[in-house]
Amino acid sequence: MSNSLIIILLISPLVGFLINGLFGKWLKGNEKLSGTIGALAVLVSLICSIIAFVNVQGSEKPFNEVLYSWIAGESFTFNIGFHVDALTTVMLLVITGVGFLIHVYSIGYMHGDAGYTRYFAYLNLFVFAMLILVLGNNYLMMFVGWEGVGLCSYLLIGFWYEKQSATDAGKKAFIVNRIGDFGFLLGMFTLFAVFNSLDFSTIFSGAEAKSDEIVFGVNGIMLATLLLFVGAVGKSAQLPLYVWLPDAMEGPTPVSALIHAATMVTAGVYMIARSAVLYNIAETGVVVAWIGVLTALFAAIIALKQNDIKRILAYSTVSQLGYMFVGVGVGAYASGIFHLVTHAFFKGLMFLTAGSVMHAMANELDIRKMGGLRNKLPITHATFLVGALAIAGAPFLSGFWSKDEILHSAWGVTWGSGKAIYIIGLITAFLTAFYMFRLIFVTFYGKSRVEPEVASHLHESPAVMWIPLAILAIPSALIGLLLGVGGHNSWFHHFTEKVAGFKGGHGEALGSPIPFMVISSVIGIAGITFAWTRYKNRVPSAEPTNALQKLVANKFYIDELYNTFIVQPIKNASHFLLWKLFDTGIIDGIVNGVAALIRVIGGTLRRLQTGLVQVYIVSMVLGIVLFLAYYLFFA
Amino acid sequence: MLLSIVIFLPLLGVIAIALLRNMGASAIKGIALVISLLTFVVSIGLYTGFEAGIDGFQTDSQLYQKLPWIAGLGISYHIGIDGISLWLVLLTTFLTPICILAAWNSVEKGLSGFMMSLLALETGMLGVFCALDLFLFFVFWEAMLIPMYFLIGIWGGERRIYATIKFVLYTMAGSALMLVGILALYFQNGNSFDLVTLLATEGTFDHSYLLFLAFFIAFAIKVPLFPFHTWLPDAHVEAPTVGSVILAGVLLKMGTYGIVRFCLPLFPQAAADATPWIVPLAIIGIIYGALVAMVQPDLKKLVAYSSVSHLGFVVLGLFSKSHLGIQGSVLQMINHGLSTGALFLLVGMIYERRHSRMIVDFGGLAKKMPIFATIFLIVTLSSIGLPGLNGFVGEFMILLGSFVGGAFSKWYVVFATTGVILAAVYMLWMFQRVMFGTPDNTNASLPDLKPREIVVLLPILLFIVWIGVHPNTFLKPMKASVGVVTEKVKVNESDNTPEVGQVIIDGETQDPVILKVETATLQLIEEEAQTK
Repeated sequence: MSNSLIIILLISPLVGFLINGLFGKWLKGNEKLSGTIGALAVLVSLICSIIAFVNVQGSEKPFNEVLYSWIAGESFTFNIGFHVDALTTVMLLVITGVGFLIHVYSIGYMHGDAGYTRYFAYLNLFVFAMLILVLGNNYLMMFVGWEGVGLCSYLLIGFWYEKQSATDAGKKAFIVNRIGDFGFLLGMFTLFAVFNSLDFSTIFSGAEAKSDEIVFGVNGIMLATLLLFVGAVGKSAQLPLYVWLPDAMEGPTPVSALIHAATMVTAGVYMIARSAVLYNIAETGVVVAWIGVLTALFAAIIALKQNDIKRILAYSTVSQLGYMFVGVGVGAYASGIFHLVTHAFFKGLMFLTAGSVMHAMANELDIRKMGGLRNKLPITHATFLVGALAIAGAPFLSGFWSKDEILHSAWGVTWGSGKAIYIIGLITAFLTAFYMFRLIFVTFYGKSRVEPEVASHLHESPAVMWIPLAILAIPSALIGLLLGVGGHNSWFHHFTEKVAGFKGGHGEALGSPIPFMVISSVIGIAGITFAWTRYKNRVPSAEPTNALQKLVANKFYIDELYNTFIVQPIKNASHFLLWKLFDTGIIDGIVNGVAALIRVIGGTLRRLQTGLVQVYIVSMVLGIVLFLAYYLFFA
Repeated sequence: MLLSIVIFLPLLGVIAIALLRNMGASAIKGIALVISLLTFVVSIGLYTGFEAGIDGFQTDSQLYQKLPWIAGLGISYHIGIDGISLWLVLLTTFLTPICILAAWNSVEKGLSGFMMSLLALETGMLGVFCALDLFLFFVFWEAMLIPMYFLIGIWGGERRIYATIKFVLYTMAGSALMLVGILALYFQNGNSFDLVTLLATEGTFDHSYLLFLAFFIAFAIKVPLFPFHTWLPDAHVEAPTVGSVILAGVLLKMGTYGIVRFCLPLFPQAAADATPWIVPLAIIGIIYGALVAMVQPDLKKLVAYSSVSHLGFVVLGLFSKSHLGIQGSVLQMINHGLSTGALFLLVGMIYERRHSRMIVDFGGLAKKMPIFATIFLIVTLSSIGLPGLNGFVGEFMILLGSFVGGAFSKWYVVFATTGVILAAVYMLWMFQRVMFGTPDNTNASLPDLKPREIVVLLPILLFIVWIGVHPNTFLKPMKASVGVVTEKVKVNESDNTPEVGQVIIDGETQDPVILKVETATLQLIEEEAQTK
């Protein structure tokens, strides 16, 4: 592997961005060219990623090269440099592989949109930022990518900027992510306070020796891992910062597939896996795992009562990300990353199929207005089914393997509450199967409820869209068999075992996984069956029937709570207390008061200047007398 | 010699315009632009001739000059630059031609006066950054007020008189204190105003606390540090676009420059003892400025309050007294000059089209003004501190320097870091309301940027990206000079090291006797508990 390979890998999407961004005006008439440039740029990165993947197989040590010194301080320097190991290449393949397919799909999906070239420019920029995130050899560079993907997410969620809801959602995503980044920044500061460096190599090799360092009165490494996790909670949409992700569905659907399912939102999971050495020492994984499993359950519950096809998938993403955090939280880093990979395929696939449905249905999102679509959209239906079976944990499909590894590891974790996490995870698995097949049955089965006007246009998507679907369906089904058979002895585990810290986790589960697999399979099939009995011929009711249902349908009113108790009070206090009362009232009042006071004093004293010579003489004489008297009697 | 040319070339332009003012508008504008561009080109020579390895002020005769002026009073024409002032000089010479080009068509009356004021202002500002004689410094400091007074007072908005008087009086109040401070230093410096000998003085000056305060208040008003900031929103709102650009871009930096040039190195002990008071003010400024900016209905006021927030970061970094923090602060001075300068230019450009600065009047501009929207977005992101652009580098260095090296509680840094969230809130909310949505008929008819306007903005964008991607270009030359400041400050902090027998708890020296008493009491309590 060489620096130049990585540079080409990284720069290619940037070049694509610049071409589409700067010359968009001239490319506008030629959609095909614009889209092809975008897709080709990612294809080059994909090829480079494959080469890097092959190269990394035999190497014992990670590739670690500095490109240039970015910020030089007095006695240290923050570099732009690359770190490539098995974990990096897995991420690279997911980003560029899924990314390439989604670029191709977008050529068809975005056809005729006024912002066509802008779309591809942003999408390329996103890939560039995401590559920086996973390629960096230090936390600061990871943060650069971290913020960069956040920007692209903002731009793409608000892509249709004339729509208020879209720009609101984009802004919300950026700000909520910034709350997470606040934690990430402080985490970096803490790491720097401990290690005097942010380089992975320095930190990972020195972590053992510095494990007792105190920052802020507590263990430095422990604090850093918790603060970095705050960043992950923001970026990967976990409790309590998950609120931006469902709204992010305002963006074009391929964006939801790429950014808000397959890649960006998994950055938090990647970050923790990358920091495995630190989490092993700090033993803060328990926090990570619990937040993860609670988010998984919570989001799955909300997904039960949603009727917007993309939002169901969004909550499902939040929920599945929770599983990944359970994985890395219990120290089963390889399993967490494995689920990240399988999820990227099956969830990316499902979003793209949802896009295909929308494409056919004139952008309809409400599943109650669908039904019976499988006859008109056979490919879409088949591919969606593969994705849904994979996520539901149907035996031998990809999700089955990865989810099971995580649950198995949680059960076997050395600290106390692993079994509770396992049980909650299992309940969530049941809910997942249920809501996903509720979606399938209501959308693709039963009677058609499509409005006649829309029905007349119902059509399967063009080849440029369905071919990526078909390609994605293959790994969604099979990648688990390929990489995951054998649990902790699988190929994937062997491939990633040399990644720093992966072997030192607490969650390397013992015993046979077979009973666990049986239980998961039963649970998954039960969920599907239950959905079948409830929704094979029934439409979700328009109005929730009882208080609990209402609560769930309204997503526990979390957005409303945040708005009432955080957003509005801050806004009002800033307006009335700080600005009107304090700034204009008190401070400026004092300033203007001083000025007025001086004017009053001046006005009063002015009267002494009468202009009458007699008065001046009298006062002069009076003064002299007083002076004389003072010196005579007191001095 | 070169340095003197840079400083006084704009003044030459003033004279030229004064003589040729009857030749018509284009001649006046032409002279102003050529002179200011020439000044910029010549000032690049300061960078190329700069020796990064030299600790203090540059010694090359091109960059340093000392001539007797009023010898009997110990006053000399003494100028020079170091790695800190170098960038402020270049920022000034860079922004002035941009301002002249930006004001190309916007001045309706008194064009020659306007351009003369602008050029005279440039000489004043350059003089402040280069003066190494306190008297000379004060002359420039005060002289610069006059053209600014005209710029706001004549070419300003409706409430310009109120704003001008407020601005001048605020500054004067500070300058009066500073003058007393300068005189006091003069007598302690062997009847000389020489800054170099002052900086080389070992030990502390008499009344150093009062002197520190006199200088600090003058500079704090200029920065402006909370709670001395209320002149700023008024001045910005009433000033013409170019006035705001110079005000935010350069004038505010004179305050922070003063702190790092005078307050910290001349009175290190006082600065150390004042830190627990000043740092909270800086942090209040960061948060308060951001929150108040968030609710402003007027674009210019919003940017003005955002300056209060950004400059809070700069003051925080300076008083971290760490190398990293001070370097970050100096860089952030440049960054703020570029980003906020660009923001005011952009606001000015839509004001010229729409004759309003009220956010509610806008909406959907992105549709018809894509170039404007793109540039506005980049500048907004730079102001928010997005990595890859300039603002992030400065903020990161300041916060990290304060966290790791600051002689104050890390909690302060935690609070300061919330500024990162709030900046995104007020800037993106503003951006959404101005740029996104569907434009109404008036807004849909606004034309996109003209070539001249693009030319005005592009150089700024270039540096926004440059500093973001390769800040070392700018950090390297200032490294040694910042080191001089931190050395000065450090020397003093070593006074706090405990003597034998003393104990340090939470950074404070504790009397061991008190500790003994405390432990004894604890033992008593324990024994009592045991007997029960």
